[in-house]
Amino acid sequence: MKYLYYPGCSAEATGKAYDASSRAMMDKLGVELVELDDWNCCGATSYFSVRELDSFAIAARNLAIAQEMGDDELCVICNACYTTLAKTNRYMAEDPHVFEAVQGALGAVGRSYDGNVKVRHVVDILINDIGVEAIAERVTRRLTGLRVAPYYGCQFSRPMGSFDDVQVPTTMDRLFEAMGADVITEFDAKTDCCGGMMMLTREDAALRLCHELLVAARQYRADVIVAACPLCEMNLEGYQPRVNKAYGTDFNIPVMYFTQLAGLALGADPKQLAIDKQVVSCASVLAAIPA
Amino acid sequence: MAEEKIAVYICHCGTNIAGKVDVEEVTRWASEQPNVAVAREYKYMCSDPGQDLIKQDIAEHGITRAVVAACSPTMHEPTFRKAAGDGGLNPYLLQMANIREHCSWVTIDGDAATEKAKRILGAQIHRLPLNVPLEPIEVPVNPNVMVVGGGIAGIEAALKLAATGKKVYLVERDPSIGGHMAMFDKTFPTLDCAACILTPKMSAAGKEPNIEMLAYSEVTQVDGYVGNFKVKVRKKARYIDIDKCTGCALCTEACVVRKVPNEFDQGLSKRSAAYIPFPQAVPLRATIDPTRCLTLTGKKCKQPCVAACGPEAIDFEQKDEEIELEVGAIIMATGFQLWDPTPETRYSYGKLDNVITSLEFERISNASGPTGGHIVCKNGEPPKSVAILHCVGSRDENYQEFCSRVCCMYSLKFSHLIKEHLPETEVYECYIDMRTYGKGYEEFYKRLMNEGVHFIRGRAAEVSDVGLSSEEEGRLIVKVEDTLLGITRRLPVDMVILSSGLAPRSDAKATSQIFGFGCSSNGFYLERHPKLEPVSTITDGIFIAGCCQYPKDIPDTVAQAGAAAAGALALVDNATVKVEATIAYIDPEKCSGCHICVGLCPHTAIRYNEEKDAAEVIEAACKGCGVCVAACGSGVPQQRGYLDEQIFAEIEGALAV
Repeated sequence: MKYLYYPGCSAEATGKAYDASSRAMMDKLGVELVELDDWNCCGATSYFSVRELDSFAIAARNLAIAQEMGDDELCVICNACYTTLAKTNRYMAEDPHVFEAVQGALGAVGRSYDGNVKVRHVVDILINDIGVEAIAERVTRRLTGLRVAPYYGCQFSRPMGSFDDVQVPTTMDRLFEAMGADVITEFDAKTDCCGGMMMLTREDAALRLCHELLVAARQYRADVIVAACPLCEMNLEGYQPRVNKAYGTDFNIPVMYFTQLAGLALGADPKQLAIDKQVVSCASVLAAIPA
Repeated sequence: MAEEKIAVYICHCGTNIAGKVDVEEVTRWASEQPNVAVAREYKYMCSDPGQDLIKQDIAEHGITRAVVAACSPTMHEPTFRKAAGDGGLNPYLLQMANIREHCSWVTIDGDAATEKAKRILGAQIHRLPLNVPLEPIEVPVNPNVMVVGGGIAGIEAALKLAATGKKVYLVERDPSIGGHMAMFDKTFPTLDCAACILTPKMSAAGKEPNIEMLAYSEVTQVDGYVGNFKVKVRKKARYIDIDKCTGCALCTEACVVRKVPNEFDQGLSKRSAAYIPFPQAVPLRATIDPTRCLTLTGKKCKQPCVAACGPEAIDFEQKDEEIELEVGAIIMATGFQLWDPTPETRYSYGKLDNVITSLEFERISNASGPTGGHIVCKNGEPPKSVAILHCVGSRDENYQEFCSRVCCMYSLKFSHLIKEHLPETEVYECYIDMRTYGKGYEEFYKRLMNEGVHFIRGRAAEVSDVGLSSEEEGRLIVKVEDTLLGITRRLPVDMVILSSGLAPRSDAKATSQIFGFGCSSNGFYLERHPKLEPVSTITDGIFIAGCCQYPKDIPDTVAQAGAAAAGALALVDNATVKVEATIAYIDPEKCSGCHICVGLCPHTAIRYNEEKDAAEVIEAACKGCGVCVAACGSGVPQQRGYLDEQIFAEIEGALAV
């Protein structure tokens, strides 16, 4: 199996571990990730809110390159990239004005895109292409007894819900259940917002949201929170000290990219998964699951 | 073909048609069409002066055919055909051209609408010379009426009809009549005790000699037609001889299977396998639940119920019984079901304790309910604060788009009951809009504001069990945006009542198909006309009342039940009724006797005549649906008023402009 792969900007900065662990996990599953040539930033949510049409064009450039590379699917790991690229497809399909404008912009740089590259979240590929049964067969380090709180964030299945339920996504629950974990399926905070980019502009608001999420995780006795988005992961993990300062709490909950934990279960080397790069130590997680 | 003189009338329908269609142009065009002797436009053709135009033209111009270009024939065809008949023309020589629903209402461009109106009208002008006079058939009417559903709507309709001396069959699916109203404690806004006003009516229905009560029974098949329905009813086995049982309830106490969730208490209490749903049940007879009874499920049981029963009423050999009844009219009063809030996962119904539905609260607050009327949480403690969330499943594009109409008021009633029982308890109502539209309702709302209830304008976002402070810990947290204050709030409460909307019964569609009428897009029974015939259905002789038509409160339900009873009475009080003449006929000379149409007819209106070796239509039973016409390989069955040549003429007329 082989997928064209779009890492996204975070993968080269705060989300390096997400990129590394995605590659390592997929390698263990026998899936080859072929990086998209000369990809650019998807524009994320920020650019969309100021210059919508331009952001469609820059997102579509990536899809145009995928088309040039002869692929009709593009694997994406970041929730924001996923939503942005998929939204571009949808708007191009539904609004002829957007379609023409994007074509015009791409034409100016000698490219074109006809709207047929399907944007696939890596979780979608794991669940629907590879399948939990096949994944379960490859597990070498079962996550028995580990209380995992899957955190999906806002943009995982919303607004489109193309591969999971809009309100109550469960794909990561199923993935980690197949790996033997004690998944906290009743973790209702799993789609609550982490604050996103607000952490840079309205830190108080974002810290409040992170605080709520961490309280919920502690109440449900989570050993580890797993995330599917670089921004969610950074806010929930990296800002725990600031949450503690603002709210007088003592959170020290391991937060991992879901690919790191899944990679561990599939027998990947913790170093390759960049687990040692986490801000909150994952030693307790590693200790809880026998190698 | 003799020279025909066609009169054409184009209705403005105020601006409904004339606002889009150039009626003057259509009139001018029509006057130039073949056979057209008179072409007129008029503001409201359905008015008396409009109808008089038709009569005058028949008298003065010797009109032989007429077409009215106006609204849908389902709206006013009977009106204009009657006018033509009054003027001396056979009613079936008048056609309708629908230039409102099919044209002006659905066409944006005025010129296009005018063109389309010409084509729709042209079709009818072209087919009219082929119309032949028809005579409606007159059939006798059975004076009995069936009422399906024994809630307040069905009871009221049955009592009204019985009072006029008509025989009424009251069919109820459950072991007792009473419906949802029997579950309520109080009724808004007067706070009458529901039992005090309902049970006398239930009891009266049980004692009324003109009412034959068929409780624990379901309609399985309906044949026939207006005035002459044949209804098959399955009387489910109670495993109790209803004539011997005295309703003493000793069997229910003796029964060893004691943990069956009690449907009447919304599962909040347990009943036995032998049970009487509630103490005021009518008929007051026991029922043995065949899915739970040990004997009936093939397990061992010493049958203490048999020993306990003095009159020896228990009969494990009893079987379901199917009976056939003949009635002239049917009133559907099958009610609603509460919208199940489980899919609205953010409210955690079924997941968190003390998140309950409105119907569960009705039982909790009811003196004869599972808590004896004490408003308590699952742990038996009274709640210190309660949140009532409005519009659960209602006014929500994800679930039911409509407003369920009664939830604002029953929520206010709940607030009052909580404040009355527990004056120190804080009550929060999270609402979108307060809809208190009925008599005395707004006044009730104002009264509740003075009773200290907190009204928060905002649809609740979530019910969570994650507390962020010592005040919140261990409680239910309602997250809501207070749109009047412009802030989000977290309300720590001990009980959350979900004011669920009213939903159509899950089998409403299947039921409507048994009886042969339709449902609206929202799933409730479809009335013939939303304003002028709200209790009739598209099937003559079948009426609807209560929440099976749309959510409504008790006063509206009772009023509608009366209207349905009057509609049924106006039919069955006559000796005969006229049925449509536009039915199928089969030429025995041409029919090969292949039987195909006999099996296909949905109204069993075709029988095979051995002597003639041909199928024949039972005229009174035929509803003119056209199935046989379309199905016959040889094209033998033809439908009067819709002959092949008439349809082809319409097509030619529509294309000829």
